[in-house]
Amino acid sequence: MIGRLIAGFAKLLTGATAHWTAPLSDARQRVYFANHSSHLDFVIIWAALPAALRERTRPVAGADYWMKGKLRRRLADNVFRAILIERAGPAGSPATATQSIQQIAYGMGDDKSIIVFPEGTRSMDGEVKPFKSGLYHLCRMKPGLELVPVYLANMNRILPKGEVLPVPLIGRVIFGAPMWMEPNEDKTEFLTRARAAVLALQNQ
Amino acid sequence: MTAFFNSNLGKLVGGVVALLVVASLIGWLLSARAKGDAARATVDNLNARIRAWWVMVAVFGIAIATGGVGSIILFFIASFLAMREFLTLAPTAHTDHSVLLFAFFIFAPLQYLLVWAQWYGLFAILIPVYAFVAIPTRMAISGVTTRFLERTSTVQWGLMACVYCVSHTPALLMLQVPGYAGSGATLLFYLVLVAQINDVMQYVWGKLLGKHPIAPNVSPNKTWEGFIGGTLTAMAIGTALWWATPFTPVQAAGMSLAITLMGFAGGLVMSAVKRDRGVKDYGSLIEGHGGVLDRIDSLLFAAPVFFHLTRFFFVP
Repeated sequence: MIGRLIAGFAKLLTGATAHWTAPLSDARQRVYFANHSSHLDFVIIWAALPAALRERTRPVAGADYWMKGKLRRRLADNVFRAILIERAGPAGSPATATQSIQQIAYGMGDDKSIIVFPEGTRSMDGEVKPFKSGLYHLCRMKPGLELVPVYLANMNRILPKGEVLPVPLIGRVIFGAPMWMEPNEDKTEFLTRARAAVLALQNQ
Repeated sequence: MTAFFNSNLGKLVGGVVALLVVASLIGWLLSARAKGDAARATVDNLNARIRAWWVMVAVFGIAIATGGVGSIILFFIASFLAMREFLTLAPTAHTDHSVLLFAFFIFAPLQYLLVWAQWYGLFAILIPVYAFVAIPTRMAISGVTTRFLERTSTVQWGLMACVYCVSHTPALLMLQVPGYAGSGATLLFYLVLVAQINDVMQYVWGKLLGKHPIAPNVSPNKTWEGFIGGTLTAMAIGTALWWATPFTPVQAAGMSLAITLMGFAGGLVMSAVKRDRGVKDYGSLIEGHGGVLDRIDSLLFAAPVFFHLTRFFFVP
């Protein structure tokens, strides 16, 4: 109920119409991965999904932000059913990274999809930064996982990093065709290919 | 409400509804007879336009029926959505966030509050003076100088076109024409009607006879044939409706000529802006009509000019 309201409001605010370059019919487990420039990003993707897919999709978000305050926590737990991962600690430390991936895999179970932002942090200028390796490690852990690239346009103008009030400009959510990691694909190669898939949607 | 629905306004609204009934019947007949893909597509487009017209007339009718406040709210929403389409295409930087917030949440609502409060003095200068001062000042404070002039002018332009100009339509409600008290709504309806008929008739005449484009680089669909045919038709209808206005037939002809010329200018200028930004329509809110801005572009210049002509010649 609250979820529907939030989804409706997010759509109204950003006027974000979803564009599907390839229809996703069944509710199989997949990873929606997108460029990241605003706090609105995951809500917008989540709201753009058809209700049946949305119900089994969990955003992956930073625990440092969502554990602050009761309201955020309740939203994250009950409405978005977010998978909250620790970002604190030494940046890029292998132990934390492995732990986070395991936590995500556990949170997915065998039927939940997730929304991730492989750049790791919000981009200030709207440029898509190089992808961190989390997506690669997750695919290693869950072979054959379906990956759906998503491009978000204009979100950094609607609510840029560091701002509180959104401006009602018109955004766009573009879903690409599903892709998969090849069995023995090289890490850098795969991450470059995934990033290119997101960038390719820019002009759709 | 009764003051708004005086007999003249009632007749105008009734006339438009009758016109739409006829248009819908023709559309229905055409769709039954259309053969071939191209013909079918044209007829479908026509019928989508007619459906959208019904929706717009209904919304407009409700706004006028609820009195001045309804019209003010309707045009505020139109301004807001139009500016949203306009500024989405504008090349502002992410550091201009607070300036955009000013535009959407301070200047736009304030302008319409002034229409509601009938405070003409501030209504006339809020955006040309105070927004003109506030926008570049705030942008300068944010410290980004890249394309400074382009960014400030674009936001100022968006406010002028989408908010300031459009707000002159409901502002007609504040004009007190002697012997014509409380009939601002009729003037409002007259302006919108003549401007929209001009729009439609330029399209129709252009489709029928159009050969010589006026500004091929801006809009290949705007032809001399469409322009002349549309202007004459809209003028004829605008003149024939003189009885609903404070104007004599000759004055009504002059006023509708002003509305049609300004309507054409507004449409042409907004096409040039779209061309510059590389898009065909501003949005996709109204089926068959592009965006809100595509629909009201003929009002942008017509509203302030019609407002001031009426104010200058008919309000002592």
